[in-house]
Amino acid sequence: MMLKITIDNQTIEVEEGTTILQAARKIGGSVVPPAMCWYSKLEGSGGKCRTCLVKVSEGSAKDPRPLPKLVASCRTPVVDGMVVQNKTSPEVLEARKAIVEFLLINHPLDCPVCDQAGECDLQDLSYDNGKVSCRYQESRREFEVIDIGNLIKLHMNRCILCYRCVYVADQIAGKRVHGILYRGDVSEISTYIKNSIDHNFSGNVIDVCPVGALTDKTFRFKNRVWFLKPMTAHRDCPTCSGKVIAWMRGSEIYRITGRKDEFGEVEEFICNECRFEKKNINDWIVEGPTTLKRHSVISQNHYKEIKTPSIINPLKEKMEKQTNDE
Amino acid sequence: MGRKILLENSDIPNIKSFDVFRAHGGYVSVEKALKTMAPDEIIEEVKKSGLRGRGGAGFPTGLKWTFLDRKSNKPRYLVCNGDESEPGTFKDRYLMEKLPHLLIEGMICSSFALGVNTAYIYIRGEFKYLLGILNQAINEAYKNGFLGKNILGTNFSLDMYVHPGAGAYICGEETALLESLEGNRGNPRIKPPFPAVVGLYDCPTVVNNVETLANVGYIVNFGGDAYASIGLGKSTGTKLISACGNINNPGVYEIELGMSVEDFIYKEEFCGGIKDKLELKAVVPGGSSVPIVPKELILFTASGEKRLMTYESLAEGGFESGTMLGSGGFIVYDQNACIVRNTWNFSRFYHHESCGQCSPCREGTGWMEKILWRIEHGHGNMKDIDLLISIADKIEGNTICPLGDAAAWPVASAIRHFREDFIFHVQYPEIVKNIKHGALYKYDNQD
Ligand SMILES: Cc1cc2nc3c(=O)[nH]c(=O)nc-3n(C[C@H](O)[C@H](O)[C@H](O)COP(=O)(O)O)c2cc1C
Ligand code: SF4
Ligand code: SF4
Ligand code: FES
Repeated sequence: MMLKITIDNQTIEVEEGTTILQAARKIGGSVVPPAMCWYSKLEGSGGKCRTCLVKVSEGSAKDPRPLPKLVASCRTPVVDGMVVQNKTSPEVLEARKAIVEFLLINHPLDCPVCDQAGECDLQDLSYDNGKVSCRYQESRREFEVIDIGNLIKLHMNRCILCYRCVYVADQIAGKRVHGILYRGDVSEISTYIKNSIDHNFSGNVIDVCPVGALTDKTFRFKNRVWFLKPMTAHRDCPTCSGKVIAWMRGSEIYRITGRKDEFGEVEEFICNECRFEKKNINDWIVEGPTTLKRHSVISQNHYKEIKTPSIINPLKEKMEKQTNDE
Repeated sequence: MGRKILLENSDIPNIKSFDVFRAHGGYVSVEKALKTMAPDEIIEEVKKSGLRGRGGAGFPTGLKWTFLDRKSNKPRYLVCNGDESEPGTFKDRYLMEKLPHLLIEGMICSSFALGVNTAYIYIRGEFKYLLGILNQAINEAYKNGFLGKNILGTNFSLDMYVHPGAGAYICGEETALLESLEGNRGNPRIKPPFPAVVGLYDCPTVVNNVETLANVGYIVNFGGDAYASIGLGKSTGTKLISACGNINNPGVYEIELGMSVEDFIYKEEFCGGIKDKLELKAVVPGGSSVPIVPKELILFTASGEKRLMTYESLAEGGFESGTMLGSGGFIVYDQNACIVRNTWNFSRFYHHESCGQCSPCREGTGWMEKILWRIEHGHGNMKDIDLLISIADKIEGNTICPLGDAAAWPVASAIRHFREDFIFHVQYPEIVKNIKHGALYKYDNQD
């Protein structure tokens, strides 16, 4: 049986078991809630970051009462006749703003020295939903930067505890050597008694990490991503599909990543050999320039959602007011 | 005043042992249930009794039991929640320590009703000393044929195990408890699915509080109607209240639901009034998670009626002027108590106990604690007070499990009812800095 769901006044029919978020992605455009932790390819992911909260204004055709609380769209299955509000609900937008604020209070905001800057989901999320001023004046939590093996760097300060890397380690790169220690705002990602994740697909934790907490040591500080040209490339790889993006400047390959879809998810996980070792142009058959399907800093200022005034204006007023006060 | 169901025999010497317990009518309900009743009849009686979950939420137990998925071919589990870590609540441990067999008896009847052949008692890690008591009681029950294969010659079999946690409040949340019991990190699960369908080891599971299950024996023995005749309205039966704070007689009391809060605080056989003849300032009636209310609102509702010890009466007025019966952790504050300090202390607890899975609770609890610490230690400013309300508001309702709400409510209610205390702290930092606070004083050298 197909189930009918309406999200921000757009109706679509989906199969049983589809979540609200998946249904929204089928519709596409502005009805899609942001997702910082759910990952379609990782079983059990989602429900944690709460950025995808939506309002269910009618529970189902049978029982059209609204649900009492906002729900995580990534983990809530569609019920026939459901009516959902994302962008059209002020309550949702308010909650999302709050979540962004929570995600940022302990974030070091070290974008200027972070390799993820320019392709960071947290940056995008804050541009879209953030506040301009900061109400947090306490100290931030701090961790040492550590190596996870010789290929991956962990900046725990930047981590938003989405658990995606934990699921990758568990489901794709061998089990149980990578997980979470402690609890609350001092919990940290860690690898079993300093073991590295020793597996051919461990590098994928870098691609699934929505922020700059896990980065590629072979690319560390080599270049800013927006100076590089993303090229679709492939090779005949015995381990993985060999379908990648080669990030190039001139004829030099700076780094290799998986190919990402418009929601920022890799299409296919790639192996460590492709990612870390094949940096020579002769290793690859370069198909041509990639068109990035996402709005992000690296899509070279072609923002879809972001209206410049909403970012600049409040700041301007504040600055003007300050100048006048002085 | 009031009949007793649970603690009636608690003072009998050595009631811990099987023989003494049995001699005083113990395990009669098991005989009655297994030999004369059908499982559905028991569920029906529990429904009729109006028994509500004693773990905090007060959800009707009989109704919860009907949600258990009986169609799947998977085994079903009963899990007793003995994690009891809510500040102010210490009734379950009293029950397990004094009357372990009462719990086991209730669990056997419940398991029979639910078609369960394996039951677990999950206890708080700090309750190490209970491990021996419970295990001994379980062994005795096995030896006497009340646990194991073919109990009392029927074809009903039940195994029971005790499992200690590792010291985390969050493992009292039922799905975190199941994760912990399975040997995983105690993170609450994302619902749906609910444990009644996908619970322990992905099988249908009922999780109930210690006190809830201990009541089942009485209901089987005397019937749901007899139980429902005790108490008031929809708050049937008795409730264990663990009373503490600035009162003359701290301790665990079994009260008939429906007595007035005033009687409970001032009568000699209960709290015995406020210590040192001081004035009552505020009460947290249901464990640290429920809203704190000032004297005027705990003795009388906003509409001037006497406040009673029932789920309904305590909640009357909603968050504006009411609170909750919760788990029955009754904390009393006298006129000298510092509400700011108390709020900070609660906040410190939730910050420490947040599992850290979801962003609002992980980040918000820490933020609130830090602000409250500043205010309490003379570094606050006026903006902080409304900021706290705003943070609490953003956490509430946006989290995976109710710990987020539990962290938000004490802060929001303290400011709602005691804003002057907060303002005073901001205005007179020097005075505030120099007040010493008894047991909590040792936490001051964070400065
Ligand atoms: C953070 C948190 C801690 C909890 N701790 C306990 C506890 O220690 N004991 C308990 O019985 N219920 C606790 N609960 C409630 C349980 O999740 C669950 O509702 C209860 O065990 C159900 O039993 P009942 O219906 O018999 O009350 C807690 C809930 C939360 C959210
Ligand atoms: S390191 Fe990255 S992927 Fe892993 S939990 Fe943190 S933010 Fe998520
Ligand atoms: S509300 Fe707090 S304790 Fe509950 S799941 Fe979220 S972070 Fe963990
Ligand atoms: S994407 Fe749904 S909660 Fe994180």
